[in-house]
Amino acid sequence: MTTALAFVFGMLFGLGLIVSGMSDPAKIIGFLDLAGPWDPSLMLVMVGAIAIGLVGFTLAKRRDRSLLGLPMQLPTSNQLDRRLVIGSLLFGLGWGLAGICPGPALVLLGAGSAKGVVFTLAMLAGMALFEYQHHLRQIITHTTDA
Amino acid sequence: MMIDWTHFTPIAALVGGLLIGLSATLLILCNGRIAGISGIIGGLLQRPNLSEASWRIAFVLGLVLAPTLYGLFAVLPASQIDASWLVLVVAGLLVGYGTRLGTGCTSGHGVCGLSRLAPRSLVATLTFMAAGFITVYVVHHVFA
Repeated sequence: MTTALAFVFGMLFGLGLIVSGMSDPAKIIGFLDLAGPWDPSLMLVMVGAIAIGLVGFTLAKRRDRSLLGLPMQLPTSNQLDRRLVIGSLLFGLGWGLAGICPGPALVLLGAGSAKGVVFTLAMLAGMALFEYQHHLRQIITHTTDA
Repeated sequence: MMIDWTHFTPIAALVGGLLIGLSATLLILCNGRIAGISGIIGGLLQRPNLSEASWRIAFVLGLVLAPTLYGLFAVLPASQIDASWLVLVVAGLLVGYGTRLGTGCTSGHGVCGLSRLAPRSLVATLTFMAAGFITVYVVHHVFA
């Protein structure tokens, strides 16, 4: 049930990206290019998404369990650390270079775009690199602790 | 600043945004999960158990198959990627590594995080937006 719903919600998310034009990297670059002719569309996508999201997350914050009885897994960290800022800077740099973020990458992949496939593979490699580094660090911390 | 009226699509942007917000709302209220795409994919690289893996794979599959569903009813809008192959690889690595280090992307921090009024997500969103603005300025106006 939860898996089937996740599939439907993923599809809804993807349709939202297509309808809003956010699966077109040229449109993202048009938003990020403040010095050129500026396309504010992305801002309205955020406004629309957050308008609904505010209601959803306000309701979610008041609950311990989801409507299906699953634990409500909201992030708990409040730390504004270097990791958050450096990670976001690197992401923004990559986003500005290609005009693609993770959601649209998957939609481009599904639309059969060869460049979308290459971007997604590189993105997965970047994520895997992070996991590998994280894993190594854990082993090192464990060894020094012992 | 000059608005690009030929490419600006306010209605489509708002409607698409509402669908994205609806998806994020349904995923948190039904499944108790955050619709952060980088986090959902990233969790698959952490040796998840079956139930952890299945909802993540299902959500990703939904996203990947969205163009196929859309294509059944209308012509899929054209997309244009101007970046070269080499730039795409570098950008993909940065997006993948950066979103995992910063624990989120445009969906997790930008949509869900701002919707739950999380200070971390506001900082992340302002940071990646600023980095995106500067990168595009440098690529399209300084080295153009």
